[in-house]
Amino acid sequence: MNTSNGQSHPEYRHLLGIEGMTATEITALLDLGDRYLQHYRDDAQIPKVLKDRTQINLFFEDSTRTRTSFELAGKRLGLNVINMSVASSSIKKGETLIDTAMTLNAMRPSALVVRHNASGAAALLSQKVSCSVINAGDGSHEHPTQALLDALTIRRRKGRIEGLRVAICGDILHSRVARSNIHLLNTMGSRVRLVAPPTLMPPFIENLGVDVHHDMREGIKDVDIVMMLRLQKERMQGAFVPSTREYFRYYGLNADKLAHAKPDALIMHPGPMNRGVEIDTVIADDIDRSAIQEQVEAGVAIRMACLDALCTGSLENTA
Amino acid sequence: MNAQARTAYINARLIDPVAQTVSDGALLTVGDKIWAVGPDAFDASDKDGTTIVDCQGKCLAPGFIDMQVFLGESLETTSRAAAAGGVTTIVIQPDTSPMLDQVSIVDYISRQAIDAPINAHPMAAATKSLEGQEMTEIGRLQEAGAVAFTDGRKAIQHPQVMRRLLTYATAYDALIVQNAEEPDLAEHGVMNEGEVSTRLGLPGIPAEAEVIMIERDMHLVAMTGARYHAALVTTAKGVAAIRKAKQQGLNVTCGTAPAYFALNELAVEDYRTFARLSPPLRTEEDRRAVVEGLADGTIDVVVSAHDPHTEDEKRLPFSLAEPGVVGLETLLPMGMELVNGGHLTLPQFVASLTSTPASLLGLPGGRLEKGAPADLVIFDPTIAHRIDASSFASGAKNSCFDARPAEGRVLQTIVGGTEIYRAESWQS
Repeated sequence: MNTSNGQSHPEYRHLLGIEGMTATEITALLDLGDRYLQHYRDDAQIPKVLKDRTQINLFFEDSTRTRTSFELAGKRLGLNVINMSVASSSIKKGETLIDTAMTLNAMRPSALVVRHNASGAAALLSQKVSCSVINAGDGSHEHPTQALLDALTIRRRKGRIEGLRVAICGDILHSRVARSNIHLLNTMGSRVRLVAPPTLMPPFIENLGVDVHHDMREGIKDVDIVMMLRLQKERMQGAFVPSTREYFRYYGLNADKLAHAKPDALIMHPGPMNRGVEIDTVIADDIDRSAIQEQVEAGVAIRMACLDALCTGSLENTA
Repeated sequence: MNAQARTAYINARLIDPVAQTVSDGALLTVGDKIWAVGPDAFDASDKDGTTIVDCQGKCLAPGFIDMQVFLGESLETTSRAAAAGGVTTIVIQPDTSPMLDQVSIVDYISRQAIDAPINAHPMAAATKSLEGQEMTEIGRLQEAGAVAFTDGRKAIQHPQVMRRLLTYATAYDALIVQNAEEPDLAEHGVMNEGEVSTRLGLPGIPAEAEVIMIERDMHLVAMTGARYHAALVTTAKGVAAIRKAKQQGLNVTCGTAPAYFALNELAVEDYRTFARLSPPLRTEEDRRAVVEGLADGTIDVVVSAHDPHTEDEKRLPFSLAEPGVVGLETLLPMGMELVNGGHLTLPQFVASLTSTPASLLGLPGGRLEKGAPADLVIFDPTIAHRIDASSFASGAKNSCFDARPAEGRVLQTIVGGTEIYRAESWQS
């Protein structure tokens, strides 16, 4: 698509969230991501389809993994990548969001990758700029590329997404990863279960078409995929759960609890992990069961697919 | 103005909020008072020196009294917005700068209000610096012109402070106005807690935050016998708690604002910050309960909760945007939605904006009777239009009703016998 004349379909200019995307659109991104993943696994020459265009990573929240993944994805496609980290002190003065975005927009980038701690920040920003906006995580709302990379990982390991039973476990309340995954997995025909202590379960979440469990053994019984979420340290000291050790006892993934899942169940985690809090080290490092390293690899490929699809408009042909 | 100036409003549909009647007739004002009302109020053969205003069959009612206005803009700008909305009396909330917690400041505002084109009365702080700890000088503040006592945007949270405040207020027959939201339960919340907040990933405020505060206060009102008013009731549970208290004979009243009977939480979808309010917009079930509460008299008054904010304060991620909407200029059309929809009678709606707040606050207006102030509004109850925030007299345009199709429009506003607003289209 041509970012300067605005002629492309507005629906496909940005990637703000999974909610509202169709199975066809998701599949198209997964297919493209799959091709890119195979490309660099085969050490093949990747065509620099976005050569000399500019990508700006605008991060209002600290991140190493996601920012690096987006940077690498852009560079592999030939994009000039610029990283902007906005000091955490100015995050609270929200006006910097629009002002910064407008300034960067005037430099005519092709893509703006945004992370912000306020839900809806990426959507707000997308109304103010003429380039494509990719949401790299907004508050507790969505993290669409994480859900897409999880889906690509699942599809490569299991050969399908439809019909699988997936348990998402941990701090659902504050998790944008959980929300994006719920929307994606439901759209693709998986059966989603959520496992968390009641204080970390968002109200009325069952209305999104998921089964709610507070007993982890029950929740992961016979599932194909166990997705663990990170529990923020500041949420462990009494406000939401009484202690780390109590949390690990009831909601930490260890071999005993994992035995209730299918024997070939895949373990996933968006990282960074709190070993000994939500996941036992032995399990996290079990290369037969854990897909955690593959998720990171798929992350770069899926972000290449998103940048490619949005900046060239190729996603429009799939609709 | 000339103390003997006579103005006759003829061919009017008179809306009498006290008698709850609608009748055809005329109204004669002399100076700043109403002189006569009714079919024979004006003798056409004796019109020498009388200004004639032909109402052309439109409604004539007492000017509206708005019990909750936040002074985010100058008194002059606020007055213009009020006049355009048919509001002839505003009650200013105490969280101005400096805040209205001392006699000298309340006195200053009261005197400044004399020069304003509309009537403006201060509601003083209930506790010093609005901190919820020590009560203000209720007696002296009342003498200086305070019509009621409230901590405005903050709830009076401490039960012992509230108990003593209510107890002390009985000596002065002072009205205590509560922001009925339990602050700890509402902490960090930016919208109603429910499926929508879960999908948007925004922290929610449960409906229970309202009813817990109301029910606690009801026990304290029963203990003390004080006059208590819940500023904004927005939930089905809150309405039910007030209804029950009234059945028990407690001295309790409450208000609501148009946003709570016209909109529900779905208005914040897509992170629309212009629909961020405090208390937040609730569920459809709650909205219906608010309508029912107005219809059966559980909810006594309608306020605009006018709270101007600049674009800069609203064009932010939802959780960082300031809550509040402007409302002075949309009071009538929003109320007419309920009237034209058959939920309220016209005199019922007008009473919630005139005679009822007047008697709660001890103000002389809000009535169509001889000797009452000549504060009047002429309005068309059914004319169809689309709300256009860009045309507001208010400097701030943060309306949650912008572009909404509406019925009813203010044509002319009169304060103390003097016309202070006239719609462009209106030729009387």
